[in-house]
Amino acid sequence: MERDRSTESRPGFKLMRASPPRFDRQELAAIFVGGFLGAIVRAGLAQGLAERPDRWPWATFIVNVLAALLLGYFITRLQERLPPSLYSRALLGTGVCGALSTFSTMALELLKMIEGAHWTLAAGYTAASVGCGFAAVFLSTKLVRRARLGT
Amino acid sequence: MSFILLWLGVGLLGGLAAAARFLIDATVSADTAGRFPAGTLAVNLSGSVLLGLLVGIALRGDAYLLAGTAVIGSYTTFSTWMLESHRLGEDEERWLLVANIAASLALGVAAVALGQLIGGG
Repeated sequence: MERDRSTESRPGFKLMRASPPRFDRQELAAIFVGGFLGAIVRAGLAQGLAERPDRWPWATFIVNVLAALLLGYFITRLQERLPPSLYSRALLGTGVCGALSTFSTMALELLKMIEGAHWTLAAGYTAASVGCGFAAVFLSTKLVRRARLGT
Repeated sequence: MSFILLWLGVGLLGGLAAAARFLIDATVSADTAGRFPAGTLAVNLSGSVLLGLLVGIALRGDAYLLAGTAVIGSYTTFSTWMLESHRLGEDEERWLLVANIAASLALGVAAVALGQLIGGG
């Protein structure tokens, strides 16, 4: 099946990374503010819901899927609908979503499940995290693009 | 440590770690300049080793909340990993998509185990 590649409406990964790295102070400040907020929400939830290696890690699962949903929405909207804005992306994408979600804690939880021989839980948590995380990005991306077509 | 100070610390460290992620990701991505999201993988794997290390040295309580949950938690990211995987799929780079997910998962768990070993846990 041939897809239309003439339009920039689907920038994909290559275009997403097309701009050279630029370290500007205001951009870093925006990331810091977003990271501040994202970290507090995630840590608050993690403290509130105590984790055990034989239980589903709800705190990590919720923040990860939520952040994937929000990131898909923000980045698609910023890249494809609004005029490019460096600071919105830094604040909301890299800062808030980046810090709200976490990879290392998920990997640690998986290791603890494996060490405790909770194989079904480990397999289910892996599949659900990747499956729901990917679906979240897919859905929010689609939602933004559909809204654009509607206007 | 008072409650306000502790959570201010969580925010400050989380913000700094997010900025560190951005800088390291951008540097690695510029160096590799390929189709594979190497910057995010580098950040996630290095963070996983560090988190394993903290668990290995049996860091607990507020110290773990600040160094583990705030710093390493913010430094690594799940959402960008998923977004980049999705975009790889849109580029019809199916093998890179599968490789990005599988390699991150397998190496991520191995990285935590390695860190834990180094830390003596």
